[in-house]
Amino acid sequence: MSDNLTLPAQQSPAGASAEPLLTVEGLTKHFPIYGGFPIKRKVGAVQAVDKVDLTVGAGESVGLVGESGCGKSTTGRLITRLLEPTGGKITYAGHDITHASRRELAPIRSEIQMIFQDPYSSLNPRQTVGTIIRSPMEVNGIEPAGGREKRVRELLELVGLNPEHYNRFPHEFSGGQRQRIGVARALALQPKLIVADEPVSALDVSIQAQVVNLLQKVQQEMGIAFLFIAHDLAVVRHFSQRVAVMYLGKVVEVGDRDSIYNRPRHPYTHALLSAVPEVAVDDEPEDRERIRLAGDVPSPIMPPSGCRFRTRCWKAQDKCATEEPPLVRLSDSREGHLTACHFPEEPTTEARDEDIVLDPGLKALEDENAGTD
Amino acid sequence: MPEQPYEPERAIAGTGMGGQMDLGASEAVTLEKPPGPDGAAPEDKPRSLWSDAWHDLRRNPVFLVSALVILFLVVISLWPSLIASGSPLKCDLAKAQEGSQPGHPFGFDGQGCDVYTRTVYGARTSVAVGVLATLGVALLGSVFGGLAGYFGGAGDAVLSRITDVFFAIPVVLGGLVLLSVITSNTVWPVIGFIVLLGWPQISRIARGSVITAKQNDYVQAARALGASHTRLLLRHIAPNAIAPVIVVATIALGTYISLEATLSFLGVGLKPPSVSWGIDISAASPYIRNAPHALLWPSGALAITVLAFIMLGDAVRDALDPKLR
Repeated sequence: MSDNLTLPAQQSPAGASAEPLLTVEGLTKHFPIYGGFPIKRKVGAVQAVDKVDLTVGAGESVGLVGESGCGKSTTGRLITRLLEPTGGKITYAGHDITHASRRELAPIRSEIQMIFQDPYSSLNPRQTVGTIIRSPMEVNGIEPAGGREKRVRELLELVGLNPEHYNRFPHEFSGGQRQRIGVARALALQPKLIVADEPVSALDVSIQAQVVNLLQKVQQEMGIAFLFIAHDLAVVRHFSQRVAVMYLGKVVEVGDRDSIYNRPRHPYTHALLSAVPEVAVDDEPEDRERIRLAGDVPSPIMPPSGCRFRTRCWKAQDKCATEEPPLVRLSDSREGHLTACHFPEEPTTEARDEDIVLDPGLKALEDENAGTD
Repeated sequence: MPEQPYEPERAIAGTGMGGQMDLGASEAVTLEKPPGPDGAAPEDKPRSLWSDAWHDLRRNPVFLVSALVILFLVVISLWPSLIASGSPLKCDLAKAQEGSQPGHPFGFDGQGCDVYTRTVYGARTSVAVGVLATLGVALLGSVFGGLAGYFGGAGDAVLSRITDVFFAIPVVLGGLVLLSVITSNTVWPVIGFIVLLGWPQISRIARGSVITAKQNDYVQAARALGASHTRLLLRHIAPNAIAPVIVVATIALGTYISLEATLSFLGVGLKPPSVSWGIDISAASPYIRNAPHALLWPSGALAITVLAFIMLGDAVRDALDPKLR
């Protein structure tokens, strides 16, 4: 059985570096909305994820960031095949798994694992920690050397829990400890890829660092590729080698960490980065740009035509409404840094001559403050 | 797949950090479990949610009283001769409607039968109908409702409409129509009728409960591992969805007992010479002025039995699912 689990691509590490572990092309998920009386019919669709392209290399950590409701988690669940894609293609190690059945997925299940956001609902309250961590091995019929129980104890120790707590129930652990149990469950089968769906956003800030460090350690020591979904830009910056920025179901910018954080081109990325709070040391004048967006993310049921960010963008022109910008490498960008924008920003996060404040109320407030200064 | 060696010693980079957290946890656990005289579970065998519920129940006086009454009822329905020496069918018309006498504490009914003996033997019918009908209803309802809730789709829609149809049948009218054509004088037609009309109630509850449970991330996590439908249902969903079914079934048990009495009273449930509280109440009601005792004893027994089961259901609900209170 265990022989079948290793896919051809992993046996040749040289080939793996050339071909990414996971390739997502044009991935689309539309949730239908039913309505009408007396016969319910499809009246629309929530376009949660729309034509997303993404690659994750073997052992690479890719961050996926964006506002709440932009389709990050849906993307993660599509890749782990918890949701059925509406369109597009998911290729894992050379295998097309877009519409693979449960049986066809069986050998791949052990290689793609998921860590969930909520450490409270992701562990079955009726099972002991030992049972929870053992179940991946049971489901996939894996019998590790020394027995499953020994392996569970090793895993508990690996994630920094007391192996003697094998028989305890999840409700006896704190949030951070529960998330460690979730990590141990994901590691039980020695996966090649872990989709971490906001693994630390439900945790205390003091615990977040511990869990992030734990994930980073297993990523580096075990060479596991990560798709790290988060809305916390600082955590993603710490954890990911490459970062993809999502807005309203689309990837608007993708590139290596340095490109995204220091040389962003898409206006939305600029706005996101400028919103990260930063402690100003001494009385140094702030040298970062400041952008205040107005309003909410538009409805994914009727997304704006053309560029989806145009309704909140300060550079939007007529072209943005009629023509959807492709995700391409711009002239001043580095290799592998792709941006979907007709009118990209300068590749810098330095302060602008004037702050961009799109919210009229906020603008009035700031002008007033500036007047009294 | 290639075995990757783990090095537990190196496992946690931040030294002492793991140890500190474990210390916190063991403190919390010891606080939860004060050293009790009842010889609590050993240190590494903490309470599950079920044993938590049992822990609550043992300290609930409502549960203790109702459980004692029910235990007593079960014992006398299995071995009625323990407390009643005569036969419930031995009647002496000469003693009809006579009051309490030595050896016949409850007096005699309109046919001259001993009311005490008949009341004791009547428990067997009630307990049998209540327990068996509840088992049937719970089994049928949770299987249908659970599968409908889990798989959803067209099967779920059809099942929901079927339950609606059954809800629309008036219980007593349905009983009069369906049971009057059955000649068999055993408890089985009555049990069958109650199961037929009772399962939609449990089915709805099981369906809702399964829909709630299947959305939990731990079910998604198990799916992501490639778990089969059977495993998901039996290991993850059923244990987390069963509590409301148990609660409603326990409370319904009492109402099924009174439903059996109602049907027997109307003459479509059990018929003489079977022994049932419903038959006795029906037979004694014309003589309520002359011999009220013949009516009061079986009625009182019925009331106490139904009350005991409903109180048990309440106590179980409080212990299993405090949110429903």
